[in-house]
Parts: sequence; structure tokens; C-alpha cells
Amino acid sequence: MPDIFDKNKTTTMTDSAQSVPIIGVEHLCKQVTTSDGILIIVNNAHFSVAAGEAVAVVGASGSGKSTLLGLMAGLDTPTSGKVRINGEDLFALDEDGRARLRGRLVGFVFQSFQLLPSLTALENVMLPLELSGVADAEARARTILGRVGLGARVKHYPKQLSGGEQQRVAIARAFVTEPKLLFADEPTGNLDAKTGRVMIDLLFELNRERGTTLILVTHDLSLAGRCGRRLTIEAGVVSTEAQHAEMAM
Amino acid sequence: MNKFFLSLRMLRRNAKAGEARVLLVALFIAVMSVTTVAFFADRVESALNRQANELIAADAVVIADKPVPARFREEASRLKLDAAESITFPSMVAGDDSLGQGVNLAEIKAITAGFPLRGKIRIADQAGALDRIADGIPAPGTVWVPEILLTRIKVGVGEDLKVGAIRLKVAAVITKEPDSVLDYFGIAPRVMMNMQDLAATKLLQPGSRVTYRLLLAGVPKAVAEFVANFKGTLARGERVESVRDARAEVRVALERAQNFLGLAALLSVVLASVAVALAARRFSQRQLDGAAMMRCLGATSADIFALNFWQFMVMGLVACVLGTVAGFGAQSGLAATLASLFTVALPQPTIMPALQGLAIGMVLLLGFTLPPLLALRKVATLRVLRRDLDPFDAGASFAYLLGFVTLAGLIVWRAGDLKLGAIAVGGFLAALAIAGVAGWALIGAAASLRGATSGSWRYGIANMKRHAGGSLVQIMALGLGIMAMLMLTLVRTDLISRWQGTLAENMPNRFVVNIQTSQLAAVRGYFIERKLETPDLYPMVRGRLVEINDKKIIPTDFKDERAKRTLEREFNLSWAAKLQADNKILAGKFWDADTREKQFSVEEGVAKVLGIQLGDTLTYDIAGSKFTAAVTSLRKVEWDSFRANFFVIASPGVLEDYPASYITSFHLPPGNEAVVNGLVQRFPNLSVIDLSAIMAQVRTITDQVANAVSYVFMFALAAGLVVLYAAIASTQDERVFDAAIMRTLGASRRQMVVVQLAEFLAIGVLSGLIASAGAIILSMVLSDKVLNVPFSFNLWIPAIGVLGGGAGVAIAGLLGTRKAVNSAPLATIRALT
Repeated sequence: MPDIFDKNKTTTMTDSAQSVPIIGVEHLCKQVTTSDGILIIVNNAHFSVAAGEAVAVVGASGSGKSTLLGLMAGLDTPTSGKVRINGEDLFALDEDGRARLRGRLVGFVFQSFQLLPSLTALENVMLPLELSGVADAEARARTILGRVGLGARVKHYPKQLSGGEQQRVAIARAFVTEPKLLFADEPTGNLDAKTGRVMIDLLFELNRERGTTLILVTHDLSLAGRCGRRLTIEAGVVSTEAQHAEMAM
Repeated sequence: MNKFFLSLRMLRRNAKAGEARVLLVALFIAVMSVTTVAFFADRVESALNRQANELIAADAVVIADKPVPARFREEASRLKLDAAESITFPSMVAGDDSLGQGVNLAEIKAITAGFPLRGKIRIADQAGALDRIADGIPAPGTVWVPEILLTRIKVGVGEDLKVGAIRLKVAAVITKEPDSVLDYFGIAPRVMMNMQDLAATKLLQPGSRVTYRLLLAGVPKAVAEFVANFKGTLARGERVESVRDARAEVRVALERAQNFLGLAALLSVVLASVAVALAARRFSQRQLDGAAMMRCLGATSADIFALNFWQFMVMGLVACVLGTVAGFGAQSGLAATLASLFTVALPQPTIMPALQGLAIGMVLLLGFTLPPLLALRKVATLRVLRRDLDPFDAGASFAYLLGFVTLAGLIVWRAGDLKLGAIAVGGFLAALAIAGVAGWALIGAAASLRGATSGSWRYGIANMKRHAGGSLVQIMALGLGIMAMLMLTLVRTDLISRWQGTLAENMPNRFVVNIQTSQLAAVRGYFIERKLETPDLYPMVRGRLVEINDKKIIPTDFKDERAKRTLEREFNLSWAAKLQADNKILAGKFWDADTREKQFSVEEGVAKVLGIQLGDTLTYDIAGSKFTAAVTSLRKVEWDSFRANFFVIASPGVLEDYPASYITSFHLPPGNEAVVNGLVQRFPNLSVIDLSAIMAQVRTITDQVANAVSYVFMFALAAGLVVLYAAIASTQDERVFDAAIMRTLGASRRQMVVVQLAEFLAIGVLSGLIASAGAIILSMVLSDKVLNVPFSFNLWIPAIGVLGGGAGVAIAGLLGTRKAVNSAPLATIRALT
């Protein structure tokens, strides 16, 4: 397997995609003004991710991983540059437009699960379906909760579930809308090693089953190793590296 | 619709949170308080509307201070109106002295057949027996009287009652009569007799205070024509009243009472709105993470708004409906408190107050929940990755303007009067501004003491300064709550007992009126014989004020109801050489005893109502002849001295030639009723008014009104407590989190308690300071302007305000944050991150 890791620290885009990219990041910059001057968090990132790919975003704490994820998902706005999801320019849309696009195409799994404490497991999974007005929300939510092994605990509130179980609910919620793109931010960060492994297996399994594109932010290199490609971010500069196959842009 | 059900599901869980309960309870109290008063007012209004013509026992009535002229009867007959007549006047009535029966002042009402033309008289055969609608009027030779008179003079049904020169048999007990819906002025019990017996009593003599009424009823058109025909042609002392006029007077009095109770009820609304605002803010803050997550999952800002909006609306609706139902229950308590003021049963209320209560509750909710809801809409989606992003500071205070405007609108509406409403709103704003500035200054001052403290105490006080904005809101809300409590407990009792203290022990309790000039020496002699203090006898001449500064007075030109009434009837004028001890000259100079100049001294209250100033000339019509003099002094009269006093006094040598009667008051020690009985037996024309009975009745009415106000203020007290809870709860999460971090860093349980204690104690003491200052200022204003009692500083107010506030807030705060001290820090941190 040729090493196509690009040493060019100007953060060029050398990644490749066999088909239309599901996500295209174009000269993306994010900087903030602090008392010490301007701080560049993401510096001219330029890459794309093809549909069905599994990409790991790795980097040390404070390297800008989460900021990059936030920008790619349209949770934050860049100083300059573009992000296209499924060909659509995220930042040409307003906040509500981005929310609708996420509802249609994107799923999330977070380190802190981010379940709504006021809803049961079933209701949490139904939530994105209901927000987009899907009719058979409950049936679909029950099916996927069964798939993640929580068929018997659908009526439980987050507080009544263990960390691992809560993350299963979060995974079920992420997949229930059958998103084209799934962002996972340190999904095992709050779990013990064993539970974390089980969770990752589940995540990859569902990812394969449903042909979802996975963008996984982690500092766990072994976990990153399970992805087809790795994006490394260091002091805001993104470089990409294929791990299993050469991919051409 | 989907979103509605989704928000219902979210609410199921969220409603269990503390802030949701605060919101529910605060709204519940506000709505209950407002609807209690509204339901009661509605019942009174219904009673007035439904039984309007019962107020005057007819459709229209001609009232005159001389026998009703024939032209009225002729016109009524031409218009085919039914007619009846009544003559009323006060007089003493007596039982049989040899049987130990007493005497009492009564309101004699002689009536002709057909009375009442509207409404019914209800009578019973015995006191306490089942009553029935009376068939006709008392037969000649008999009277009907209320039970209270029988009890007072120990006379039973079937026994005789001496009325003037004759004895009439008591035939029945009156349980209800028309034309007295309100018993405010029913100080002398009614004696109802047949007109045929009147002449024989020999009670009608020139100068007697008699009211003649011609009652009329018929088809509305004919009644209206009758009223219209006499408009503008009435002589002095005559007036024609229709249902509307009679109702207007009662209504004005009742509306004032209702507005007052309504404003009292609004105090709880003001307090509740503070609690609603605090709770809504905290509720919304707790939804921040969920809202950010939902943004991630594709929710638009409209979705976020809708989901939370419906939760508030459903909670609000539940609280408002429960509050309305409770208000319906509580109004019967208010009605029972004021029951004896009404002689008619109040009808059941309509649905309007319920709708009003619901509307007020929902408007209040919207006014104070929209700001945090709007902020929630703008939640940063990135919050799912970075929790420190908080949208709550930008522009939030401006958004609360909506809440304030809503509240101000409510206050003006409920006050029923723009000026009164504006004063209430202005007062509230000023109090808020002063409390804000004082709070800010006190926080700064307390923070500067940090250096003087050490360890945990320093950290606690620093905490207060660190959250200066939040601490200020807490101090203001707590200050308001503590002030309400101080006012309702300490200040209220203090003021009432001081007012009662002004009523002297041996003040006069009997008035004697109608003493003729020829009887003066004999009456004085009667007191000397019994070794009682000889009372001062004051002359009294009846005259009508007809001109001020040579300008003819037209009563209807005066807007003020009291001015109209004062001018329509005759004044009691007196003369005196020296100023009475309980009078004080406010302007001008009281004449010398030997003055020869014609002068008037006028009481300040009546001068104000009639617009009389020093130097004005007043012209009176006394028995047909006119008499003019200048006002040379204005007096303040201590009416609650219960001595004979007069609005207008003339200088000596001016009124002596007119026919006069004399009046006096004296103190009759308990157990000496025989003195009065003997006086009336010896001088049958005298009327003795039992002031102790009147005072007892005034006290009963005052007590009832005070009870009604206290009843309504109880809601404010409850709302104040909710504010205290909400204010403490509003920063609870932050405190619990800080405590957990400290715990992690090795703080002992004791150290943590001290930190919390220092902060809560400081907040409580500062709130108590503001509350005490507010309560003392209000108490000064009430003493001076309302109760006319000298203000005296009550040390207990600041002592209890500051100590109680400090201790109360510290205990409540420690209880609220005990979770932080008692639970594992990691669990707390996890739960809050």
C-alpha cells in the first residue's frame, strides 16, 4: 500500500474519491481574535470525502479537531472557505437551512451522548424523525433500538441507562434517519475500554450495513486505524493519509 | 401537531423539575388571587344588576325633604304608574320600662299599601323562625321590626313598642327588605309601620329630619317619560331617582372597594411574575443542551421555539385552570368575610372572571417566558461540542421590557383608573430602581469587606461579587418578597394597634339630639342630679348652602359625588365663642369670644370638596331667610374623638335668632343604661344615639374589610415565598457545580457549608436591609397619609427584616444546595456537564 501521506504542511488536498464527494472542504479557515492577537484554529484545510468512506480525524488535544468537525457539520461558521455536503454549499445557507440539511443528510454521535434527559430511549431515537415529520417514527425507532440491543429498554430515561447503553441509544438515534454522513466525536471517550470496543464494532457494523460515510474524530490511533483514511490535524493544519487503498482526487 | 405531541412528551419529564414547579405554583397563585377578587366582584355586580330596582323598591322614586308635592302624584296618575309612599325619620322607640325593656334609636319607616312596588319584604313570625314573603304591609296598630332591635331592647313579638305618643304591637320580624342592599349605613334598626298610624305618634314636627318618598313603577316608557318630564324643574330638596342613579352611587362605592382589592391581588401577580421570570429563565437554560442537540438533528429555530413554547403554554394552562378553580373556591371565603355588609344573597358568579383569570395568567406567562424562549431559539449549535457558549446575556434585559409592559398594562387595567394604575406602576418602578441601586451599592460595599474576612468566608463573599448580576436579581427579588412579608405581618399589626391606641377609653359613647332651647336647663339638671359630668351642649341650626361668593350653587355642576350630596341636603350649622379642644386651625384665625363680626369657620375636608377658600363668602338659606358671612378660618377636626363637631361654625350672635335644637355627647359607663332610659322617659322628644353600637358596627365593618384585605394579601405572602424559593433556585446549578469542584479539590464538608453560608447570609442580609428600608418608608407614608397616626420607628422591622432575611435565606439556600455537600462530586459534575 503506497504511502500517499502528504507532507505538504500548507494543508493541500491530496485525498481522493472514487465517486462524487459527499463532503468537500475548500480552503477552510477559522481564526479567532484573542487578547494575544489572532489565533488560527483551522488553516486553509482543503480535502474531500467520498460517499461510503470511513475517515478518522486525529490530532492532539487543542489541535483543532473538534473545530474542524464543527465546521464540516455546519455547527460553526468559518472565517473563510467553503464546505459542501452532497454538493450543497453549507455556508450559503442560513442557520435554519443548515439545520434542515443536517436533518436530511447528517447523523451525530458525541462523546457525551447528548441525549435529551426529558425523553425516553425510544423518544430520543424518534426525535430526529419527528423533527423531519416522518410518519412511522416509532416503528423505525423500535427496530433500530432492537438492532443495537436495547429492545427491552425503550421506555427507560437516559438517567436509568448505563454509559454504554446511552451511547447505544445515541448510535441508534444517529442511524435511524439513515444519514448519508455520520459525524462521531470521540464516541468512546466516556466509556471504559471494553464497552468502547463493543460500541465501535457496532458503529462500524451499522456503517457498513447502511453504506454511511463516517467521519470519526478521535485521539485513539488504534480506533483511527480501523478507518480507511486518516486526516491529521496539527496546529490547525490538516494533512490526509490513506491507510488501506490509494485514493485519487 | 407532531411537534405539539413531542413537546408534551418532553414536558412529562421536565414538569418534574424544580423550576417547572416554581412556574406552576407562581402562576397558580397569581391566577387564584386575581380570580378570587374577580369572582367576588362579579357576584356583587350580578346582585346589583339583577336586583337593581330592588335597590329603590321601585322603578323610579321622588325623594323630598318636605311632603311630596301633588304635581308628582298627578303626573304619575296621568302616566298610569303604580304608586306607593314612604316617610322615614329617626326616632327613639321603647319597650316597657317596668318590664326591664330598653330604648333604642330606630329608623321609622311609615308605608302605604302597595309598598314595595319592586322586590319583596320577607318576615318571620318569631325571631329565628323560618321566614316568608310578606303579604301586604303592617296592619294599623302593628309594626314589623328586625331581630336586632328586639334583642337590644328585650321586646318580643306580640309585645308593645312605644313609638312617639302611641304604642304599637310588634307583629313580625323583618328578615329582608328591599332598598337596602348594602347595610353600611343601617346603623339604626328599621321599624316598619302603617302610614295610617303616623299622625298619632306626633313625631312629625317642624325641623324633624324626615325623608318623603313617592315610589313609582310601570312600563319602562312611562317611567322614562315621568323622569324626563321633571328634569330641570325640581325645587331644592327634591330629586327624582331612577334605577340607574341609585345603582351608580352604590356602584361607585363598591367599585372603589373592588379596585382596592384588585390592586391588592395584583401585588401577588407582581411577585409571581418575578418568580415566573426566574423560573422560565432557568427552565430555558436547562433546555440549552437539548436545543443545541436538536439543532444538530435538523431542528430549525422555529422548531426549537415551538417545542418549548408549547411546554410553557401547557404548563401555563394547567396552572391557570387550577388557579381559576381554586379562585372560585376561595371567593366564597371572601364573600363570607364580607357577608354581613350585604342584606341580599349574592348570586353565583358568571364565567367572565374565569376567562379573565385565564387571560391574565397566560399573558403574564407570555410576557415573562418569551425573552428566554427567544434566546433559546438562538442557541449556538456548536454548544454540543463546547458547553460554555451561552446565548442568554445578549439583549435579554431588553426583552424583559415586554414582561414589564404586560405587567404595567395589567395593573392599569385592574386599577380601573389610569391615574391610580400609573401611580401603582410608578411606585413599583421606583421601588425596583431604588432596590436595584441600593442592591448594587450594597454588593460593592460587602465585597470591599472581603479583605477583612478569611478562608471560606472570603470565598463566599467573593462568589456574590463574582455573580454580581445574578446576585442583584436575587437580592431584589428576595427584598421584594421579604418586604411583602414584613408589611403583611409586622407593619400591619403595628399600624392597626397604633390606630386603635388613638381611641381613648372614656370617649363619648352616647349622642343626644333634638334638645330644645327650653329644655337646656332641665337636661343639664338631669345630669347634675345623677352626679354625672355635665356635658357641653352645642346649638344646631339647619340651613342650606345656596351661594359661594354670591354665585348661586347648582349641585349638579359638581363632579364629586360627595359634593353633590352635601349641597343637596341641609347642613347643621352651629355657633361657638371658642374653638373646641379637638379642633385645630389650619388657616386664618379663629374669632375672639366677643367678636361682633359675622364670620364662618369651615372644616378643611368639606372646604376642599366644595372648593371653599379662606376669605370666600358663604350664603345660607335658613328657614327661608338668607344669611351671608365670610370664611375667616379653616379647621381640622378630629372626627374620631366622637364628640359633636360641625362642618361650619358661625361666630356668636349671628345664628341665635333662628330656631335651633341642641346636641351633646357624653360617656356612659357600662351598666348605667337606666340613665338613658330615664332621660328618654323624662324628655320623650330626645333621640339618644348609642355610639358604642355604632362604633361596634364601624369596628366590625373595619375588621371585615381588613380581613378581606388580609385574605387577599395572603396570596401575596404565598407569592413572596415562591419568589424566595425561585431566587435561591435560580443559581443553584452553578453553586452545586462550584461545590462539587471544591469537594474534588479536598474541601471539607464544613468548609463548603461555610462558603455557601457566607454567600447566602450576605445575600439574605442585604435583601433584608432593602426590605426593611422599604417597609419603614411605606409604614411612614401609611401612618401619615392614610391612618393619620403619628409615625413611630419600630426597631423590630429592621431587626426581623435583616436577621430573619439573613437566617431565612441562609437556611433555605443551604437546604437547596445540600445535594452538593452530600453527594459524590463526580456524580454532580457529570449531571451538570
